Amino acid sequence: MRLQFDFAEELPKLAQLGIGIALFLAIVGIMLLAVDRVPMKQRARLPAAILLTPALVLLAIGLVIPAIRTTVLSFRSGDRQNWVGLDNYTWMFTQPEAVIVLRNTLIWVVLTPLLVTAIGLLYATIVDNTRFERLAKSLVFLPMAISFVGAGIIWKFVYAYRPPGAEQIGLLNEIVVSLGGEPRQWLLNAPANTLFLIVVLVWIQAGFATVVLSAAIKGIPAEIVEAARLDGASPMQMFFRVTLPSIRPAVIVVLVTQCIGTLKLFDIVRTMTGGQFETSVIANEMYNQAFRYGETGRGAALAVFLFVLVVPIVFYQVRTLRQRREA
Amino acid sequence: MSILTRPARVALVAGAVSLTLVAAACGGSDNENTTGGQPASGDCAPFEKYGKHDGKTVSIYSPIRDAEADLFEDTWAKFAECTGIDISYEGTGEFEAQIQVRVDGGDAPDLAFFPQPGLLKRFADAGKLKPAPDKVKTAATEGWTEAWIDYGTVDGTFYAAPLGASVKSFVWYSPKMFQEKGYEVPKTWDDLIALSDKIAADGVKPWCAGIESGEATGWPATDWLEDVLLREIGPDEYDKWISHELKFNDPKIAAGLDRVGSILKNDKYVNGGYGPVSSIASTAFQEGGVPITAGTCALHRQASFYANFWPDGTKVAEDGDVFAFYLPGDDENSKPVLGAGEFVASFDDRPEVQALQEYLATPDFANARMKLSTYVSANKGVDISLAQNPIDRLSMEILRDPQTVFRFDGSDLMPAAVGSGTFWKGMTDWINGKDTQSTLDFIEQSWPQ
Repeated sequence: MRLQFDFAEELPKLAQLGIGIALFLAIVGIMLLAVDRVPMKQRARLPAAILLTPALVLLAIGLVIPAIRTTVLSFRSGDRQNWVGLDNYTWMFTQPEAVIVLRNTLIWVVLTPLLVTAIGLLYATIVDNTRFERLAKSLVFLPMAISFVGAGIIWKFVYAYRPPGAEQIGLLNEIVVSLGGEPRQWLLNAPANTLFLIVVLVWIQAGFATVVLSAAIKGIPAEIVEAARLDGASPMQMFFRVTLPSIRPAVIVVLVTQCIGTLKLFDIVRTMTGGQFETSVIANEMYNQAFRYGETGRGAALAVFLFVLVVPIVFYQVRTLRQRREA
Repeated sequence: MSILTRPARVALVAGAVSLTLVAAACGGSDNENTTGGQPASGDCAPFEKYGKHDGKTVSIYSPIRDAEADLFEDTWAKFAECTGIDISYEGTGEFEAQIQVRVDGGDAPDLAFFPQPGLLKRFADAGKLKPAPDKVKTAATEGWTEAWIDYGTVDGTFYAAPLGASVKSFVWYSPKMFQEKGYEVPKTWDDLIALSDKIAADGVKPWCAGIESGEATGWPATDWLEDVLLREIGPDEYDKWISHELKFNDPKIAAGLDRVGSILKNDKYVNGGYGPVSSIASTAFQEGGVPITAGTCALHRQASFYANFWPDGTKVAEDGDVFAFYLPGDDENSKPVLGAGEFVASFDDRPEVQALQEYLATPDFANARMKLSTYVSANKGVDISLAQNPIDRLSMEILRDPQTVFRFDGSDLMPAAVGSGTFWKGMTDWINGKDTQSTLDFIEQSWPQ
């Protein structure tokens, strides 16, 4: 494989691209034309239907049909030939290695949103209205710009191990050694290794929480804060009685987005341990089973389970949104 | 593509493109382009038998990338130029997963280089592969031993001829260190253990290993077990183990794994240059043998391709810094060899695809490839004197030695769920402290029913 870009070789693709764009524009044009022709009286329903159709078709092709197919596959054998009933689900909940995967996902989902929100909140409160607030917030926000895979590689180096006596290339072991300790293989022993992986995600996401929560804190009406101060509220009381209740919606948004993001987590685990040493999570195991081991049924079952886990969170999110709008 | 033929190829493709775009264009011009390039770069006589396929494209999908892929492209450049076939090569680091996605998506390549006969079988069973044409079959039976042909055959139908090969039954060592300390290359397993004890008594941990390899972590340890099993239970039982007639948690397999453990889990023997046994799991396989160059380790069991992983300036030769000896059998007469290689299978039977498939199965191709850089082929017709380095020569000598009993890397033959899943994972956990029986039980229960 040569990395030069050969224009002549790419011509067919460019032609396809051109045709695709032309088709798209033509369809949009025809639709707009059709909408325009409709008499004024019917303007409410029909155009809406026409305009919604492409979105619904795409949604069906890209989301609904695959979801149904995945569900069907989860009841079939690995080679997709036979019905196996609930075998794939039984495997997921009884086979010890699969149960470890579920346990890890649980650890991730419980710890990550809590840590991210707590650290973000603490940080936002501490730097609020200080002289170096902007700098401090930019610093904690920086890791957000790094992809999960990039962060995984960076932290793999942080945790790197070299034997005692040799020059340590890992930051963490270098610190341990300089304090007189023995270098350790951080990513090797369960369940501590999962915690070391969680640190990476917290490192990436804390910036997001800080920025969102900091904005919410700034949105608290000044009168309330002033009133509380006049009434002689201590800093602790200020935080728990005034700040926290006022920014509750923002905290929930952060918690929920982190929950969903963590459930789907894949990149960090795959980059750093490949799911070895009992660190695998549902999304990683799903990929392994379906695409590497050719066990489509098990992969699909894991995907369905993941979907089932995410649904109540999304449902909760939608409900709170609606409640707030009604209030 | 080499620089010489590049303009010709571009012109050809441009011609083909304009042909497709302007459906009724005259076809004369692109013919001229191909023939026009010939006199400058020599004789096309050896390629006449493959016919003329001007303007045709053959796509190849393969796990071989970067420098090695460039060497392949340079090797068949002449073939492409003379036959007029435009070979579009794509190498990927995710071959095992992506080939499935592409075939499922109706975007199968014309040819694929399968590094795993097990994966090949999956596609043959699904009816996706075309049987190899007669000419390829003839070329393959002339070139390779029966064991190799069998690995390209599924249910009696021959699908794929082998391409490259590598020998895995090698132990890397430092000839310099051996000479200084008066060590001798062992001829039997017992000699090997005696040598290890001697080195350990001299204050050096004799063995070093590393099995970390991203999501494939554990594979070097599976090679260890396979190599030892070939000695512990013999080639016939080995075949049964792969076809699951012999259960993975059979006491015979446990005995083999314990024999591996007598080296890899022996704190007196490992991990030279790296630390305790558990450091094997976190040491990258590329770095596994490097301590040999520093004198902190003496022996490293790894395939012939490890020649590429030594630090710059390391001389790989019998009288150099590092070299390898054959991992000895239990006695001097038995010579089981563990190896691996790629197989060229086709998803299409257009004449130009078959022509390329046939060319890849010839010793001509292997010879041309070997002239460029390090390469090993198990083809008997290959000119061994073209070998670029002593380790390639030794590999090919071992592969064609009549005493040799060749067996393919077992994890590549097992169902993917085991061979590139639980077997790797199980061995990693085993290195990391899990006991032999529960490791084997875990792998056994994952075998697809």
